[in-house]
Amino acid sequence: MAEAHPVGFRWVMKAKERGARIINIDPRYSRTSEIADHHVHIRAGTDIAFLGGLIRHVLETESYFHEYVVNYTNASTIINEDFRDAEDLGGLFSGFDPETGTYDRSSWMYEGGEMASAAGVREHASQAFEEQTGAGMHGGHMHRDDTLQHSRCVFQILRRHFSRYTPAMVQRICGISAEDFDAVAKALIENSGRERTTAFCYALGWTQHTAGVQMIRTAAILQLLLGNIGRPGGGIMALRGHASIQGSTDIPTLYDLLPGYLHMPRAGEEELDLKSYIDTGGAERGWWSNFDKYIVSFLKAWFGDAATEENGYGFGAIPRISGNHSHFATTMRMLDGGVEGFFVMGQNPAVGSQHAGLQRRALAKLKWLVVRDLAEIETATFWRDSPEVQSGELSPGQIQTEVFLMPAAAHVEKEGCFTNTQRLVQFRDKALEPPGDARSELWFMHHLAKRVKAHYAGSDRRRDWPIVNLRWDYPELGENREPDVEAVMKEINGYEVASGRLVSGFGELRNDGSTACGCWIYSGIFAGGINQARRRNPGEIRSEGGDVSPEWAWAWPANRRMLYNRASADPQGRPWSERKKYVWWDDAQGRWTGYDVPDFPADKAPDYRASDDATGMDAINGDDPFMMMADGRAWLYSPSGLLDGPLPTHYEPIESPVHNLLYPDLGADPAGIRWRRPENPLHATADPRYPIVATTFRLTEHHTAGGMSRTLPWLGELQPEMFAEIDPVLARERGIEDGGWMTIVTDRAEIEARALVTDRMRPLQVDGRPVHQVGLPWHWGYSGGYPGDSTNDLGALSGDPNVSIQESKAFTCDVKAGRRSVPTTERLKGVAANAPRVAPNEDDGNAFGVAGECAWRQTRGGVDQ
Amino acid sequence: MSGTVAAPTELAIHRSGARRMGFFTDTTVCIGCKACEVACKQWNDLPADGSQFKKGGSYDHTGDLSASTWRHVRFVELLEPSPQLQQEAIGALPASSGALPAIPPAGELLGSSGALPAIPPAGELPDLVAMAEGVGSKWLFMSDVCKHCTNAGCLDACPTGALIRTEHQTVVLQADVCNGCGYCVPACPFGVVARDPVDGRAGKCTLCYDRLQDGLEPACAKACPTDSIQFGPYEDLVTQAERRVAELHRRGVDGAYLYGAADEPEHELAGGLGAFFLLTEPPERYGLPAEADSPIQENLLAATAAAIGAGLLAASGAALAFATARRRLH
Repeated sequence: MAEAHPVGFRWVMKAKERGARIINIDPRYSRTSEIADHHVHIRAGTDIAFLGGLIRHVLETESYFHEYVVNYTNASTIINEDFRDAEDLGGLFSGFDPETGTYDRSSWMYEGGEMASAAGVREHASQAFEEQTGAGMHGGHMHRDDTLQHSRCVFQILRRHFSRYTPAMVQRICGISAEDFDAVAKALIENSGRERTTAFCYALGWTQHTAGVQMIRTAAILQLLLGNIGRPGGGIMALRGHASIQGSTDIPTLYDLLPGYLHMPRAGEEELDLKSYIDTGGAERGWWSNFDKYIVSFLKAWFGDAATEENGYGFGAIPRISGNHSHFATTMRMLDGGVEGFFVMGQNPAVGSQHAGLQRRALAKLKWLVVRDLAEIETATFWRDSPEVQSGELSPGQIQTEVFLMPAAAHVEKEGCFTNTQRLVQFRDKALEPPGDARSELWFMHHLAKRVKAHYAGSDRRRDWPIVNLRWDYPELGENREPDVEAVMKEINGYEVASGRLVSGFGELRNDGSTACGCWIYSGIFAGGINQARRRNPGEIRSEGGDVSPEWAWAWPANRRMLYNRASADPQGRPWSERKKYVWWDDAQGRWTGYDVPDFPADKAPDYRASDDATGMDAINGDDPFMMMADGRAWLYSPSGLLDGPLPTHYEPIESPVHNLLYPDLGADPAGIRWRRPENPLHATADPRYPIVATTFRLTEHHTAGGMSRTLPWLGELQPEMFAEIDPVLARERGIEDGGWMTIVTDRAEIEARALVTDRMRPLQVDGRPVHQVGLPWHWGYSGGYPGDSTNDLGALSGDPNVSIQESKAFTCDVKAGRRSVPTTERLKGVAANAPRVAPNEDDGNAFGVAGECAWRQTRGGVDQ
Repeated sequence: MSGTVAAPTELAIHRSGARRMGFFTDTTVCIGCKACEVACKQWNDLPADGSQFKKGGSYDHTGDLSASTWRHVRFVELLEPSPQLQQEAIGALPASSGALPAIPPAGELLGSSGALPAIPPAGELPDLVAMAEGVGSKWLFMSDVCKHCTNAGCLDACPTGALIRTEHQTVVLQADVCNGCGYCVPACPFGVVARDPVDGRAGKCTLCYDRLQDGLEPACAKACPTDSIQFGPYEDLVTQAERRVAELHRRGVDGAYLYGAADEPEHELAGGLGAFFLLTEPPERYGLPAEADSPIQENLLAATAAAIGAGLLAASGAALAFATARRRLH
């Protein structure tokens, strides 16, 4: 965190000065480790084993927060008797289909619960938010055992599932000593409970794995057992990889989401009309019973008066997804000739994306490419200076891609909001006009859309309806005709269609076309006609609860700073302790009150009990804090929503030097996505050619793929050359000298780097033998003032089944002394020429589904190995 | 010695009401982010130094303070990368065969009935390694800067008056007066000031004299996210720093001490440093001298005696010549 979020780390430092203890778990000893009170080296990719070990320890020593667990989690819920755990089936859960590599999840259900029809449908690779929170579950009647003794209650299933995650097992798998394990366990337990809370902060070291979602979930289970969720000083913070990347999922740039985490409708399924879409996404109980208000209001924002009840508010005009259209699926399709044009805005896939050599070869198949950036980044110049062009494999004469390089305004040259990881939306003013032709993203998209609309104006073809009827009337300001960003914010906030009055929150949204709202979770950001995100009043931060600072900018939803904060009070509505007061029930007023906006219906008393046939929010009891879930409880065990298991299980990374010690017949996540093509060779487990674990990391001095830092001498000179961190034993074995050159090799590429031989890297004792790890920063590319080889050339494509994220944080490699003798991606030479052909507008039969260990083709014509 | 007025031989600006200002750099809260280095360059529009990976510099590739680097972050990896040490560490771990407890196959723990044994009562947790505060650093981060010495060697050596003492007791180098003679360079015991190889003139930290005119804090202090660099009136900084050292001692960081402030009189560094540091290892670890003073000050007594002697000699020689000349005349 000190490296990637130095300004945010200021607060960790202040907490430390006030007595907080900092524990750092990382394959490397980083700048954060130096500040931490305790650093633990871990083998990259084995965090589920480590966290699972902590879970087992907490359970078996009865150190969990009993009252919190019984009342606020689904620990007492009984699971149906058809369920089989990974411990029963050698690492698989019940319902796995080896042919497709997917799970039929019906056996995971609660006893007495019913699965909605949509959940029986095979899922695409990305999961919509409402699915993860239980929208698929409605109807039925759950059974519970509050004594937590029933053999099929979640609590006992959890015990069985993690029973073998002993400290000895953690030592063998993770390379973490029993002393380190016990120290961390002790610190966690001592610092959790009524009087104290513990926070977890994680970043891409958990996310970027084929079991990444489950890794994060393991921490969630641990935190729930310790009673740290929804309480001040607790929780799990995701440290993002980019400024405002939270905003890019909220108002999404993701292919499978509509704003506010509504799911994109899918082609070929029962979502052809609005009603069936609402049936899929909504739920009878809990918050998602409001689903229809959000989608209808959204459609009214997009299509204005053209959206009527008769035409389903234009729902039919929303594009449908027909498969996995995420980055890597698109890369493969691009390689096959199936993508004509590509917009790349503030991204540099030629350097920053996994399997970068493949990315560059794919770009060469485009007809046209638009790159918007502050500098001429590698993605814009690949056609003349990429390693593949330099080696002669590709030539500018042959590459048909027409590249449009458009200058972008920098962040002080435009106004608008950034959304940070705490859902805090902060509006920033413009400090100066952008130079020359540089323009903001908003300007670019606004004027592009205007031109497209002008082109199709007057068309009466059905397929042109969405463009013709898209409501696009933002005022333009100033010499540059910059669209008024506050007008966009007001549309996002929502308004009454007839009067134009801005709504003050999503509670005012209706399902009858009388309201419009661009993104329901942001509704309220312009309440009262005031740009709430522009506020900068910290308030009395030293007063009790003053550090919530509710008037500093605006947080979604509804300016609530902490989600699920009902859990900061006990079932009777009293704070768990005076020290950890946050929100509580005021009996005299008959309302919830406190330091933050309560995340609960304001007037629902703690002793409210739902009747059996209650629906919507009435089905949530007064002591069910997790109201986004259909049963109001936090899910230790997830009966639905995740594609690879109701519980996290230790799976090895797809490339690992060791076998899975718990499940020898399995290795990696069986539901993980693999692209089995000759262009994407994967190393076998324990391949003797690649015994070293590689992990990537970031430096403070550089930013992602280097477009903003290697082009600036003040930053470039701080870390001028690509280097790798290597431990002294491995360095000596390979003849690598500190400061000298070394080469890192995989089946995808070989890259050269300067060697930083340091004791901060350690070989770990894994399953009784030393395993070495190397640390690779990934900021370097072939252009800019400080060029170097790209770490991302080394990795293959693979994906977490739930979100398609790549596994860049743990893969295997070998290292040798000296500079490389061949072009970086020489071993992939010719793959682009041999790729199968797909026509751009042709549906390639890329159906939903994920590739398991079995043969499954992501694009037609892919060949099995 | 705080708030010392500039020696009468210095070229100095005086303004009534001006206080001595300085830096207190607390290395125990530095995260090595280099924001200070970049903020300084940006504010003073200084060029980049180079583009070479420096072997042995850890994360430090700018290398040193120079004419175009006025704040410089040093990284010291304390543990020598020793293959031997690591082999010993590996050897201390359980060997590969026999000694490792086996991972039972799934199902063994469950027994034939599929039920888990009852949860044992919460007994004693295993004997644990204590998590002491300040277990010991592995990596030092230190933001180095001109020390703005009370006895400033560079200022004492400068023949042109380029180097002056400001009303804040800081030392500022006026580039437009500098003739590039380089006398200041060897005179600085800390190796701070240097000549630009292209331009020929010397340059160093001004403690953002221009920003101070407008009531702003120096660029590095403003940019530092963890307040490792603290700026303010010198006496206040010394008081804060002494309190910080006491707090660190209380927490078990016994090695914490101030470098350049509240020194023992016989070990005073250059009369006291306007920009002083909190360190946790001996100064040499950070590339700092244990003892230092302005060479002119060091030699002041001898130099004065020599000067007086030379003056006497000259005077006597002149008198003799005069006397001789007078005899000739007559």
